[in-house]
Amino acid sequence: MERRTLPGRLTWQRGEVVATEQETARAKSITLALPTWMGHRAGQHVDVRLTAEDGYQAERSYSIASPPEEQPRVTLTVERLDDGEVSPYLTDELRIGDKLELRGPIGGYFVWEARLGGPLLLVAGGSGIVPLMAMLRHRAAVGSTIPTRLLYSSRSYADIIYREELEHLDEADQMLEVVQTLTRVQPPGWTGYHRRIDTDMLREVAWPSDQHPLMYICGPTPFVETAAASLVTLGHEPARIKTERFGPTGEA
Amino acid sequence: MENKLDGNAAAGMLQAIFPFEMTLVQVTCAGCGTTNLLGATAAYMHGMGTIVRCPVCDTALIRVAQVKGRYFLDMRGVGVLQISAEA
Amino acid sequence: MSEGFISRAFRGRRQKSDVAGRLPPGQYLERGFPVLSAGPTPHTPLERWDFSIVGHVKEPKRWTWQELLAFPHETPTVDISCVTKWTKFDTHWEGVSVETLLQQVEYDPNVARYVNAFSDGGYTTNLPLADVLGGKAWVAFSYEGQPLAPEHGGPARLLVPHLYFWKSAKWVRGLRLVDHDEPGFWESLGYHNYGDPWKEERYQGD
Repeated sequence: MERRTLPGRLTWQRGEVVATEQETARAKSITLALPTWMGHRAGQHVDVRLTAEDGYQAERSYSIASPPEEQPRVTLTVERLDDGEVSPYLTDELRIGDKLELRGPIGGYFVWEARLGGPLLLVAGGSGIVPLMAMLRHRAAVGSTIPTRLLYSSRSYADIIYREELEHLDEADQMLEVVQTLTRVQPPGWTGYHRRIDTDMLREVAWPSDQHPLMYICGPTPFVETAAASLVTLGHEPARIKTERFGPTGEA
Repeated sequence: MENKLDGNAAAGMLQAIFPFEMTLVQVTCAGCGTTNLLGATAAYMHGMGTIVRCPVCDTALIRVAQVKGRYFLDMRGVGVLQISAEA
Repeated sequence: MSEGFISRAFRGRRQKSDVAGRLPPGQYLERGFPVLSAGPTPHTPLERWDFSIVGHVKEPKRWTWQELLAFPHETPTVDISCVTKWTKFDTHWEGVSVETLLQQVEYDPNVARYVNAFSDGGYTTNLPLADVLGGKAWVAFSYEGQPLAPEHGGPARLLVPHLYFWKSAKWVRGLRLVDHDEPGFWESLGYHNYGDPWKEERYQGD
């Protein structure tokens, strides 16, 4: 049986920005055309590298927001960190027609595709929604009916990335449930949760442990650790919990 | 807060060295003998290099630094690597 | 692939050189204090903590936390430079001079020409003995007037500011006097054995 080969060792590719979209005040989606892209799986990320005129380089990782079905286009959603070195360049400076160096796709561990089954529990903190959105978009693209729940924590209504798309997916799909929690400020009439995720919230939202869901948690490190610990407390198998910590500030 | 991420975060660096998907590889820790998926280990990554540690005993499994066009790779913390021979 | 590739209008975080003369080559001025850890933060309770000098000494010596603190304290103000290119000016520390500790043991400096500093968590780094004498190194336990925070190496770290900061081993627990220069944690991975920021000795062969 032939071993599937990746195209050798990961090397840097150059893509061209073909579209941008402001998702929230701080988050922007950037779509790239990548002629040498070999495809990816939902949940994977890329390393982006910027080079200044004097040769100085900075690298950061960003999750792929687009599903594999959209290749060879790849969309990244970047949240601007005020003291970031790379994110402000990507959100404020980069424009259509610019080239961007990246390598990927990376990370066969934190991936989901329909053939892996479910039920599926996705837990997102802030910009941790990005790789989980790729999973939801893939799920929609292949017409999957795998029961799925997303618990998404944001600071405020205005900070919810992909808000309209998530509302639409939630409404259109009986087998998908989107649950939001807003931790800092809620709009009038808000009926969702209004606190940080905790064991009680996950008890209400997550599948019972005897359903053996596949669970994916992504966001800032403290968020991920709290959510993972809560799910284990609720009796879920650690081996079915996959985490992607974005680091203390959320920039991986 | 320490710069600890999931092993999956080290995948880019590792895949620049190994021509296969390293995070799906099983590593047996030379320190405590447990076997884990590399993607489920702990990765400490910063400007000097990447250190992948056993999630059970913190032994450094894989240490990588990229220095002047070469990768320095120390894998003394890995007893055994299991890599799929099939797709 | 990157040959000649430039990201339009990217400048990065570097500073303009109004502080040029004081910055070692290739460094930029950092106002924060980045935490770079190669492993989990150790949390040895002070009642179990000790500092040892072992190796090529007539008799190894060991001090408890209280015994270490009983030595004369010094309060060096120094610039520190990390090999990842940031430099902080005028950092304020309090600690015991390594020279004071080495005066408590007997050794032959013609044999014990190097030291390996070792830390909780397994970190090591190598230095010439001469570089921890002469008022050039401390076991430091306070930073900016506060007890040294665990993520920055507390309760105590080595402080050797004339070399790149990876030599200032966090969570230090002792020094081993040795007769040869044995590469430590980062030195084994291609970093320079000595590490003089003024000569940009970042990597082996520099």
